[in-house]
Amino acid sequence: MSKPKVAFYWCASCGGCEEAVVDLGPDILKVVEAVDIVFWPVALDFKRSDVESMLDGELTVSFINGAVRSSEQHEMVELLRRKSGLVVAFGSCAHTGGIPGLANLFDRKAMFDEAYFNVPSVVNDEKTVPQEEYEAPEGTLTLPNLWNTVKTLDQVIPVDYYLPGCPPPVNLIAEAVSKILKGELPPRGAVLAPDIALCDECPRKETKPEKMSQKQFKRPHEIMIDPEQCLLAQGLLCLGPITRKGCGAACTTANMPCTGCMGPISNVIDYGMKALSAVASLADSNDEEEIEKILSKIVDPVGTFYRYSLPASLLHRYYQPAAQGGKQS
Amino acid sequence: MSTVNIPSPNGQPKIGVYVCHCGINIAGRVDVKETVAFAKTLPNVTVATEYKFMCSDPGQEMIQKDLRDGKIDRVVVASCSPLMHEPTFRRAMIAADANPFLFQMANIREHVSWVTLDKNAATEKAKALIAAAVKRIVLHRPLEKTRVPVTSDVLVVGGGIAGIHAALTLAEAGRKVYLVEKEPTIGGHMAKFDKTFPTLDCSACILTPKMSAVRAHPNIILWTYSEVAEVEGFVGNFKVKVKRKPRYIKEDLCVGCYECVEACVFKKGITKDEFNVGLSKRRPIYIPFPQATPLVAVIDPETCVQIKRNKCKKPCVDACERDAIDFDQKVEIKEIDVGAIILATGFKTFDASRISRYGYGKYPNIYTSLEVERMVNAAGPTGGEVHLQNGEKPKTVGIVHCVGSRDSKTNAYCSRVCCMYSLKLAHLIKERTEAEVYNFYIDMRTPGKGYEEFYEKLLKENVHFIRGRVAEISDWATIPEEEGKLVIRAEDTLIGAVRRIPVDMVVLSVGMEPHENVDEVRRLFNVSCSHEGWFLERHPKLAPVSTFTDGVFLAGACQGPKDIPDSVAQAGAAAAEALALIDRGYVELEPNTAYLQEEFCSGCKTCLGLCPYGAISFNDEKNISSVNGALCKGCGTCVAACPSGALQQNLFTDEQILHEIEGVISYV
Amino acid sequence: MSDNDRKQFEPRIIAFFCNWCTYTAADLAGTARMAYSPNVRVIRIMCSGRLDPQFILKAFREGADGVLIGGCHPGDCHYQEGNYKALRRFTLLKRFLNMMGIEKERIRLEWIAASEGDKVQKVINEMTEQVRKLGPLKLEPASQLQPQNDRVSRVEPVTIAEGEAS
Repeated sequence: MSKPKVAFYWCASCGGCEEAVVDLGPDILKVVEAVDIVFWPVALDFKRSDVESMLDGELTVSFINGAVRSSEQHEMVELLRRKSGLVVAFGSCAHTGGIPGLANLFDRKAMFDEAYFNVPSVVNDEKTVPQEEYEAPEGTLTLPNLWNTVKTLDQVIPVDYYLPGCPPPVNLIAEAVSKILKGELPPRGAVLAPDIALCDECPRKETKPEKMSQKQFKRPHEIMIDPEQCLLAQGLLCLGPITRKGCGAACTTANMPCTGCMGPISNVIDYGMKALSAVASLADSNDEEEIEKILSKIVDPVGTFYRYSLPASLLHRYYQPAAQGGKQS
Repeated sequence: MSTVNIPSPNGQPKIGVYVCHCGINIAGRVDVKETVAFAKTLPNVTVATEYKFMCSDPGQEMIQKDLRDGKIDRVVVASCSPLMHEPTFRRAMIAADANPFLFQMANIREHVSWVTLDKNAATEKAKALIAAAVKRIVLHRPLEKTRVPVTSDVLVVGGGIAGIHAALTLAEAGRKVYLVEKEPTIGGHMAKFDKTFPTLDCSACILTPKMSAVRAHPNIILWTYSEVAEVEGFVGNFKVKVKRKPRYIKEDLCVGCYECVEACVFKKGITKDEFNVGLSKRRPIYIPFPQATPLVAVIDPETCVQIKRNKCKKPCVDACERDAIDFDQKVEIKEIDVGAIILATGFKTFDASRISRYGYGKYPNIYTSLEVERMVNAAGPTGGEVHLQNGEKPKTVGIVHCVGSRDSKTNAYCSRVCCMYSLKLAHLIKERTEAEVYNFYIDMRTPGKGYEEFYEKLLKENVHFIRGRVAEISDWATIPEEEGKLVIRAEDTLIGAVRRIPVDMVVLSVGMEPHENVDEVRRLFNVSCSHEGWFLERHPKLAPVSTFTDGVFLAGACQGPKDIPDSVAQAGAAAAEALALIDRGYVELEPNTAYLQEEFCSGCKTCLGLCPYGAISFNDEKNISSVNGALCKGCGTCVAACPSGALQQNLFTDEQILHEIEGVISYV
Repeated sequence: MSDNDRKQFEPRIIAFFCNWCTYTAADLAGTARMAYSPNVRVIRIMCSGRLDPQFILKAFREGADGVLIGGCHPGDCHYQEGNYKALRRFTLLKRFLNMMGIEKERIRLEWIAASEGDKVQKVINEMTEQVRKLGPLKLEPASQLQPQNDRVSRVEPVTIAEGEAS
């Protein structure tokens, strides 16, 4: 019997998820022993045509990382979906949009203007911007279309499982692979991580005071962070209470607040709103002005609460009112 | 409740939708047939029908029959507000052996038919609300009300006639009553009156026996010179802290002999006598009036030399044979448990100086009606004589109605009692002085038993009535006859001319207003107020003495201007409501409390500081939060904050509300 | 959008009213037959403190053009201070929505006491006109596929086992 076939693919991502696979260390050899990796652009020289030539469903599982924001990525994930029994959204970007998803605060034109004209280090007197088509003597050259909106993987193709994290913790990857190989899978649609928030495994949990409310929120560079006390109790915007555990409290152990890469637990439909609700509730005042003052310390509510999940939010993206000539997608 | 036998072969909910016509209240604006047809198309709806009055017995029986026949297992009634009839339909479900929380109302009367002009828009809105209810009820679960025992003692706040009557009624029924009054004596406004309309009963003669009954009643604990400082708990189980101000007299020793008052270093009054509304002065140690209850002296710390400067010969102490005077008395906090609270905090009279053109406080001989009440009282500062500042009897008196009432600049409402007491004062003044009396009125409002007849009687007594609001009162004479007089200028709307009536004395019939500290008081007891500051009853017609806080009832003028008979009647009603609550022995609490899905709680403690009732604590063993359902009052604040969605609220779970949102918008 | 279109646009507004003050006030407006525009649909919650900001985005996502929140006046909350918790969340939410480009007129928090039926009428009429002026809120549609993490779509109806509903 032939070994199960596995594909890895990356879309809009930083490459960290690929690193995470390599982070399996010697264990990756066991994986390779158990499966055939038949497609992994970052590491192995297979082509798209190799995938196209497979039978539908031939791949046991595709691990796809990165958000989807271009026509090329769209085509590739649709292709992989067709060829795969299972698709796992791998990492924050595929799961909830991730850091690239913050591009949804802008539209494509604004991004192009910024990248090709406005950045101080850019010299572009000819006003050259990438074109989707270019007539060269050799024929028409094309580039993929960059979407106005960054999407999560499941907004583009049906996804069977999610491995959250930026990048997904190695132990969760190993566990997921082993479950897939053994066929011991939870119901379709599940996030392959414990369904409870980070505080549960945070070593600082014991130091939480009874009353978590804050007169002043602080940013990490503003204080000497106590290495043992609950970070939220120190006034830092630690999103551990809102974020799924499974990372082993990597950030809080390293004396940094949780920024939420593991996404919400299953009871929450919009990570950022729940985070906003919980954090705002802790502003310790009943006076309108003082509330305003305390919360003004949260300078960037979108970036803070949706650092990894803007495309997965109920709003998906920045809204341009029709009156301002807004055109969606 | 016995087991409901609902055959659910495929586990699908079976929803019955019942649309009420409410006569034409709904059907006149909403196309009921169309809403029923629409309801039939909604998922899981197995019965959709309509009826003229769903809240009537036949209407309820329709629901009960369908439940019993197994056609439905959940009920949506589209009719009035849930605040109106939710209890009715829940009871109907219990009677049909169904769980009353598998029920949802769509408010298509108060929120639709009564406020929407366009028939089509009203029908569409009704459909949306029905869709929302249907969508949400799919997620309803059977719930149980918890029963909590009720403390049988009652707190009555305010010792005017309403509070007195309520306290006595409850005490007679064998309940222990705490009667708390902020003044040194009970009696309230009624104790200050001479006669009461329309019977001209002597006010003291009918009130003082009730006051002494309060004092003597074994079931009443009377705390005067005291205020409620704190209220916690909930219906049936209030924990109240009462602040007893020091009166510097040992209440149990004082017999009210006046020896100390007579002995005071001040041989006459030095400060405004509150009971005589400033018409006379009292000493620092005093008894408000001879029938004061309790008949116990009180020392005013603001004026007593000993208390203020600690250097007085203290003749009062020497004079008191019973050693009742105690300058070391301190504020005492009493903690009591009560099952029900009756608010009978009364009113204050309108401050006539707010209407400067009426000259109160500027000209002598302009009095408020309350001052004149004291004046005509035989036990009052003038011994019942009505006289001017110079001691002479007035020959002409003008009585100005509606001062601080029916006036958009002050109070838009009618104070209800002024016409009648003005007539009464007219009668009394005429009786005492034989003066010519002029009543200036806007409308005569005399609805009440024997009231119109009293007006008739006054007309025959040759009292003058001029219909028109008084424009101005001044001493500006334009003709010799007006010299040295107060001139009342008013339009006589019956003859269509401006008249100037020179008088010796003016009585301003001041209206009733809520107390200044009404906001403080209502927050203390968690009751709402109308615009004007009157305590808000739960329903103006059907629950006139209840409030939105279960277990807190209203009596007397704190709920709105009222005369004595109405105050007494309402006090009786409030006492009966309190009794009904207490005698049942338990209260059933709405099950809309918060609950914790433990498996999702990470122990982040976000919720702990948010609960105003201390219902959430931390379970150190499990390292997660824990909700005490008995303390939870069901606001859902913690639920909205819970970052894990681990806390949920019965009847208002995230899913139920999200479904409702989907339902209300998906059909528009 | 032409003036003509604007006239035809009927905004959809979802209101979350607290049981004790604003919902009661809306009932009072009804009893007093104070007609107002039919565009607002009220969802009753026990306290404005129950309002999870997720509900507001959900309403916008489902197609609401505006969201109105009504609670008891400061100091008057039936549950002591739920309305302050609502205010805390609303303060931050407003800033968030502004960053997300949602016009500030689409969301409104009003303190309306049980006796203020007239204020319900006024606020609803005002809000309807404000939102009507803005035109429809056309959010980028949720993708063709239902996101898997949308819990609501997965929720099973509660079934009542025999004997449980006793």
